[in-house]
Amino acid sequence: MAQTEIKNFNLNFGPQHPAAHGVLRMVLEMDGEIIERTDPHIGLLHRGTEKLIENKSYLQTVPYFDRLDYVAPQNQEHAFCLATEKLLGLEIPKRAKYLRVLFCEIGRILNHLLNITAFDMDVGAMTPMLWGFEERERLMEFCERVSGARLHMAYFRPGGVAYDMPKGLAEDIKEWADNFVKFINDLESLLTENRIFKQRTVDIGIITAEECYDWGFSGPNLRASGIAWDLRKSQPYDAYEEFDFDIPIGKHGDCYDRYLVRVLEMRESVKIIHQAIDKMPNGSFKTESNKFSPPSRTDMKQSMEALIHHFKLFTEGIRVPEGETYTVVEAPKGEFGVYLVSDGSNKPYRCKIRAPGFAHLQAMDHLSKGHMLADIVANIGSIDIVFGEIDR
Amino acid sequence: MAEAWDTHIWPMTWMVIKIFAIVIPILISVAYLTYVERKVIGAIHLRKGPNVVGPFGLFQPLADGLKLFLKETIVPSGANRGVFIFAPCITFILALVAWAVIPFDQGLVLADINVGILYLFAISSLGVYGILMAGWASNSRYAFLGAIRSAAQMVSYEVSMGFIIITVLLCVGSLNLSDIVNAQKHLWFVIPLFPMAVIFFISTLAETNRHPFDLPEAEAELVAGYNVEYSAMTFGLFFLGEYANMILMAAMTSILFLGGWLPPIDMVPFSLIPGPIWFASKIAFCLFIFLWVRATFPRYRYDQLMRLGWKVFLPISLTAVAIVSGVLVGFDLTPIQNR
Repeated sequence: MAQTEIKNFNLNFGPQHPAAHGVLRMVLEMDGEIIERTDPHIGLLHRGTEKLIENKSYLQTVPYFDRLDYVAPQNQEHAFCLATEKLLGLEIPKRAKYLRVLFCEIGRILNHLLNITAFDMDVGAMTPMLWGFEERERLMEFCERVSGARLHMAYFRPGGVAYDMPKGLAEDIKEWADNFVKFINDLESLLTENRIFKQRTVDIGIITAEECYDWGFSGPNLRASGIAWDLRKSQPYDAYEEFDFDIPIGKHGDCYDRYLVRVLEMRESVKIIHQAIDKMPNGSFKTESNKFSPPSRTDMKQSMEALIHHFKLFTEGIRVPEGETYTVVEAPKGEFGVYLVSDGSNKPYRCKIRAPGFAHLQAMDHLSKGHMLADIVANIGSIDIVFGEIDR
Repeated sequence: MAEAWDTHIWPMTWMVIKIFAIVIPILISVAYLTYVERKVIGAIHLRKGPNVVGPFGLFQPLADGLKLFLKETIVPSGANRGVFIFAPCITFILALVAWAVIPFDQGLVLADINVGILYLFAISSLGVYGILMAGWASNSRYAFLGAIRSAAQMVSYEVSMGFIIITVLLCVGSLNLSDIVNAQKHLWFVIPLFPMAVIFFISTLAETNRHPFDLPEAEAELVAGYNVEYSAMTFGLFFLGEYANMILMAAMTSILFLGGWLPPIDMVPFSLIPGPIWFASKIAFCLFIFLWVRATFPRYRYDQLMRLGWKVFLPISLTAVAIVSGVLVGFDLTPIQNR
């Protein structure tokens, strides 16, 4: 009998695939249901953000950061604002810092809610997704009340935040935060001890602490492998050193631990939100210096100086002294960094964005090798990728 | 001429009328099963479900059906045309043909054959061909993977289903479905055979490719599995077939374990309600669990599904056959002897 060689076949996964989380395209080499090799292709959502930023003033740049990881926009704005302030040598008022922390944590919950529930959808549970969206809707309403935009807030600005909180918002957020703990309990009752969910996630896509370093992991994915590394603790920015919260870490670095770490992080975020509202200082929500933040409308009617400042700020923008900085924040997905080079003009000379999802996606082959087709879906869900930030 | 009318034409016409009397209500229930599914799952998801077309969205299934009917059937260029079109027809026909032996009340059955349960079993095993043919003819890797999964899954779970049916048959002593129901006059089989009833119900979930065993059409992995290339009425027939199968499996569960058309207790308030209504409400109850499970559980992985079928359900159902027959013989309860 003649010998026949059985060849592996290639499966084109995405870019139009319900589990591809956007426009991820992967070419899978498969031996039946077993994955032999994963080859992620990126670039389908490339918009040239970094190059566009070189032609925008520092204020105009902020909205571009909303559109990177559009699941938690405020955290990206934060990184850029911190970088600009660092180059300017600008210290912002305490109330602005607290407002930033408050909305950063709201962004973290927005992100983790979407990620956990989308992950569940990928392994086949439908209900958490729709429950989660109810809560996200409430959070986005808070965003709308403070900034006028539900999603792309453009709320953090170099020099502070755009507006102060309207009356009653703080109380509403506190009330929501109380109920949200119950919601997390409900969500966990559907998943955490569910046998099918555990069978689908425990020991799937294991990555050890050592390998996490090699692949450049950060954020919840890194912490799930047992490394307590959180930039909010290790190099606190804004007012994070004044808050009391814990860093949840996992043990095994599998999909289940990544899920658990995110659930626990949401609980920690609720703690931070409570503290931020309770300790919210009075005062200005943006820097007083009109060189960096616009004067009030009433001042402009009275004072020549204010009018000039307003004109300069909105025609020329802020002139940032020559220099360069790499500034990072702990975005919900991991270490989000901005490498900003200024040549002394009103536009960034170069703005390199370090997106955590990019580093996580490159480990896809490592995570999925030898697993089954259904596991690759769980892996994509659990490493939390959003294509807006990967392709930029 | 009159003779021909009496011997051939009228019996034939009467048969066709009876067939329509079964098929049309089934198709209507299929349509409204989709509506109920969306409403029930909507309620679990804290949303409304269809509520725009007609009062309470009651015309939604009709609108959906009309839409599928009016769309163009697209046959992919690489597909095997004949098999591609034939596959949904098989699925749909098999889902309807099985109803011939289902008794709706005492004597209210199209074909009261003595091998009713075997007939049902044979028809439901054939169901896998529609899916296999669809997956192969589509000439798409996603569809093919879905079809292979489906074939493996249906074969595995039919084995344990077969053994569970044997335990019921041991207690009845007949393969006739009406006899099976009548044997439950005093005690529904769900009580003495409770673990069997649970395993049987879970196997029917796998048999109909429903959550948490909906691997053949796992949305997150295979997009839509075997029917990924289907559109318009070819897809519609698959859909109708799948839901008619769900109702059929619910009917089978009611007949084998929940006493078919019989009321729970043969007393006045219960026995006044006609049998078909009891039967329909039992089917509705089983279907509700189908939907409830769908909204609650994640999906199994392919190998886990196989493990559950072969390593858990098969040994349990085999042991059950031994235990049930042992008890029946040991305590001298075998139905044949009692007769």
